[in-house]
Amino acid sequence: MVENRPLLTLLAHLALIAGVAVVAFPVYLAFVASTHPSSAFLSGTLPLVPGDHMGETYSRMLFSGVSTSGAPPLWLMMTNSLIMALSIAIGKIAISILSAFAIVYFRFPCRALAFWMIFVTLMLPVEVRIVPTFEVVANLGMLDTYAGLSIPLIASATATFLFRQFFLTVPDELVEAARIDGAGPMRFFRDMLLPLSRTNMAALFVILFIYGWNQYLWPLLVTTDESQYTIVMGIKRLANVADADPQWNNVMATVILAMVPPVLVVIGMQKLFVKGLVEQEK
Amino acid sequence: MQTKRTIFHNRWLPYLLLAPQLAITVIFFLWPAAQAVRQSFLREDAFGLKTEFVGLGNYLRLFSDPSYLNAFQVTAVFAVSVAALSMGLALLLAVAVDRVLRANQSYTTLLVWPYAVAPAVAGVLWWFLFNPTIGILPYALEQLGYDWNHNLDGTDAMILVVIAASWKQISYNFLFFVAGLQAIPQSLREAAAIDGAGPVERFFTVVFPLLSPTTFFLLVINVTYTMFETFAVIDAATEGGPSQATNILVYKVYRDGFVSLNLGSSAAQSVILMFIVIALTFVQFRWIERRVQY
Repeated sequence: MVENRPLLTLLAHLALIAGVAVVAFPVYLAFVASTHPSSAFLSGTLPLVPGDHMGETYSRMLFSGVSTSGAPPLWLMMTNSLIMALSIAIGKIAISILSAFAIVYFRFPCRALAFWMIFVTLMLPVEVRIVPTFEVVANLGMLDTYAGLSIPLIASATATFLFRQFFLTVPDELVEAARIDGAGPMRFFRDMLLPLSRTNMAALFVILFIYGWNQYLWPLLVTTDESQYTIVMGIKRLANVADADPQWNNVMATVILAMVPPVLVVIGMQKLFVKGLVEQEK
Repeated sequence: MQTKRTIFHNRWLPYLLLAPQLAITVIFFLWPAAQAVRQSFLREDAFGLKTEFVGLGNYLRLFSDPSYLNAFQVTAVFAVSVAALSMGLALLLAVAVDRVLRANQSYTTLLVWPYAVAPAVAGVLWWFLFNPTIGILPYALEQLGYDWNHNLDGTDAMILVVIAASWKQISYNFLFFVAGLQAIPQSLREAAAIDGAGPVERFFTVVFPLLSPTTFFLLVINVTYTMFETFAVIDAATEGGPSQATNILVYKVYRDGFVSLNLGSSAAQSVILMFIVIALTFVQFRWIERRVQY
């Protein structure tokens, strides 16, 4: 701060408090809605303070599900989401670190070609090749499987570039030392590069876990069996009941449960999260 | 391409290491993309029995189709509004946090968590708040004499999806603006203050111009975000309606491909979208190259 202007500082605080309130407002109302019985919504006005049906609604949604809309219990959907998010995050990190290692530490024919093939994936988000990708997955018999949910999403140009960038900053002397000591490439990778990359891997993991958990379009296409639903795509099935108003308390309880895990990850690992986010874009 | 001075020698190992990444790239990225290009030149009859080669027919049809041109326009309005709204608010909050000495860590925590909220969840949240029968915002607007109904009014629906998409994106822009502000040397602001520039003048003559690389970068990222990742927001909040008022390009590819089963047209739309992504990626990387030089 250049000069002391109490009024301006006060204004800054006010702006921030307003910002925090605006950002939190929808989530607060969703939480309030989830704690009332469904009869509270019939009067046409929304309650503004939490009700007393919180335990009942959440335990019903988590463990028994809503039979009328054919939705499985939420713990099942959350488990599916967790498996998908973990497979995507770990899978992306694993295959990217291996390919970055190959591209930085070896010279071989077609190296540039491999690099460009990985680069091109940046330009082909799943949204622009929906139909043919779905056909490939269907032909491979991967519909309604965890493999079908995660494997098509785990190629990653950004993660590969991030590790490549990092490997280029690792001093050459380390390789020389390792070679003098008689270590082969895989030994060097395991004992030197992996430990050095730990922070980068953790930061990337936070970002990719959120990315995986929040997938919507892809699970919508490849799952038809209720037992394979993920929670983020399951919300819409709950909200769109034919010929009836949505059961707002159930829908909002699902909304809250769908956002709690990734939000906790961001808040709990804020430093790593910011690092991962900022470095991914370099 | 940059390499190490010291490298390992092994004939097969590098291919083995690259195999999983390249296999997934070829099977799930390059092959489907090639299929989309091939299919965009074909047209299937209604029963899927016969396919004929129609050359550029699918493309020509698209560009004379009012609903496709409408989707272009809707996407442009949507992208510009989301970028302007979320970047404007994020910049305001970032400047405020930059001014506050104590407690800025807590403010940051309280502002960044929406990044973790899925676009689909953001869509459902705002759809609930704006619900014409139960929602709190239509109720408030009614007191002001405005009759809100995004199920009937296209403008209302657009405002709904713009707010839902921006709400989620503020936190991302905020983090980058804060990083950009912190990178501005304090001495420049002090020099301007000594020359008699007040806080507002300093912001417009010193701080904002120095933030322009960050702003431009975020502009590209936000446009990419609204064009592709907001699919879930649209699907959860409006499903492209009413009467196509929020039918963005990505949503139309999905509807035409999976709901109407018009594969040739959907494939042609995919190819056009690929060109847009390529252009955006190119702009983004050009800019990053420049940033590295400075």
